[in-house]
Amino acid sequence: MMQEHASLLLVVLPLIFVPVTAVLPRGRLPWLATLIVTLICAVLAGMQLLAVIDGGVISYELGGWAPPWGIEYRIDALNAFMALIVAIIAVITLPYALLSVEKEIPEHQTPLFYSAFLLCLTGLLGITQTGDIFNLFVFLEISSLSSYALISTGRKRQALTSAYQYLVMGTIGATFFLIGVGLIYSETGTLNMMDLAARLPEVADQRTTHTGFAFIMIGFALKLALFPLHLWLPNAYTYAPSAITVFLAATATKVAVYVMLRVLFTVFPQDFVSATPTDELFILSGMAGILITSVYAAYQSNVKRLLAYSSVAQIGYMVLGIGLASATGVTASIVHLFNHALMKGALFMAVGAIIYRVGACHIDEIRGLGRYMPWTFGAIVIGGLSLIGVPGTAGFISKWYLVVAALEQQMWLVVAVILAGSLIAVVYVGKILEALYFKSPADDMPAVKEAPLLLLVPTWTLVLANVYFGLDTDFSVGMAERAVEALGVVAK
Amino acid sequence: MDFIIGHYNYWVVIILMMAGFYTIISRGNLVKKIVGLNIFQVSVFMLYISISTVHGGAAPIIAEGVERYSNPLPHVLILTAIVVGVATTALGLALVVRIKESYGTIEEDEIHDRDHSL
Repeated sequence: MMQEHASLLLVVLPLIFVPVTAVLPRGRLPWLATLIVTLICAVLAGMQLLAVIDGGVISYELGGWAPPWGIEYRIDALNAFMALIVAIIAVITLPYALLSVEKEIPEHQTPLFYSAFLLCLTGLLGITQTGDIFNLFVFLEISSLSSYALISTGRKRQALTSAYQYLVMGTIGATFFLIGVGLIYSETGTLNMMDLAARLPEVADQRTTHTGFAFIMIGFALKLALFPLHLWLPNAYTYAPSAITVFLAATATKVAVYVMLRVLFTVFPQDFVSATPTDELFILSGMAGILITSVYAAYQSNVKRLLAYSSVAQIGYMVLGIGLASATGVTASIVHLFNHALMKGALFMAVGAIIYRVGACHIDEIRGLGRYMPWTFGAIVIGGLSLIGVPGTAGFISKWYLVVAALEQQMWLVVAVILAGSLIAVVYVGKILEALYFKSPADDMPAVKEAPLLLLVPTWTLVLANVYFGLDTDFSVGMAERAVEALGVVAK
Repeated sequence: MDFIIGHYNYWVVIILMMAGFYTIISRGNLVKKIVGLNIFQVSVFMLYISISTVHGGAAPIIAEGVERYSNPLPHVLILTAIVVGVATTALGLALVVRIKESYGTIEEDEIHDRDHSL
């Protein structure tokens, strides 16, 4: 029975525990409940992945209503992979969250905090599971609203303004998506993604379809922080509590990339998309994003903000892969999506550990800390190398595939931009490492202890995953290739 | 002329949408921005309702002697979207209250000045 309903339980289980967690007494109980729920979710996501790994498809009819009338959860290799990434990142984030949240969030807020965390997880998992485009909008809003609330719990008052800014831009994005869905619905009379895919070719030359497509694209470009629509992201990631930055940086934008892939390759017909300038725009904005936001990152003096700008640049790489629109390009994009979750997760965790000990992450306030916190420093070194794309780390694999995809189509400029982006990454990662290790600590700085084990273990889990997936790509690349097969992207 | 009058509801949608969007972009007052966001969302509700109309169709309630009904599905969808809109407004306003408490103002440029004069 568990097997049969795994796809639905994955969404419903955290949702049920949202009110339960909210009314639990203060202390560590809400955290424990959240941890157990996310563990079960990860197991369910794993089971689901095993069921579809050989190219199978799970079609779950909600309430027994046959699609396209009822809502359908349609799981193929891509969905299952995405759901697993979200669930695993949540499982790794939670042990880290315990101490970090105790330090950063007032105790009376913790039940509500974890309840919002579960709600965010529900939304993100829901987006990956659903096969109904309006249902996707609802889950999108569930995850967005809870992440606005989570970001606003940051310690500094700027957390409030950045949450507000994210709320306004996020709502505009979601409403654009809603307009797009409405226009598409008025053309086809259906909301089921597979049904849409079957009916859209008939109305592909209608202007309404084109307008709807444009609205959906712009809406999600806002949600995934595609350059130049990324303005909400640096502030939101900088001022959110450490654990939330880790979780959102590793999942939220990734799920938006997933939706982009789904809409471009499953819902809309391929010749429709290639007749629009979508691919060119993606490549253009990807390249501009990689160069400009990387340079921005190099100029930041707040380490969290630096990493946030680098996240926007990394999204540029993913979008570049989508823009290449070839099997290799999309594989590169999905592999990078997975690897970036690992590296940014590790880096934000390590920075969070510094914040835990020092209470700040300004480049001047962390001088010389590498000597006092060798393990945290080590995590930043390896995570940073992965971000640059040094061979032997996960970052190398995804950039390699991206370069191969660009070479396939003789796009030399794209190759040059990818390499230039890596070089700028050397500059900004170097800037953090220089401050941490090569500068002498301020004279009045008290001796700082290494971060507690509960923070180090999750950080190093992700760091080691970075190394592992840099050496053994069977899982990451294998899953991405299956996902591309499920999407039906053709080689160019 | 027919084109303009015959599609009057869509013109209202476009005007509301642009008015709301312009308010979000141009106003520095955080509450006014939320109001703009609301108008923007309401225009989309009206778009959905307009789409669902069937010529000569009655409200989608089963009654004797009625054979043509408007499409009820967009109505249901928009009910969900309204709930989402209410939640967004509530959260947005709650954030504005907290911002007012910690900054003492809800004007964007004043908030900006206060953060950078520290």
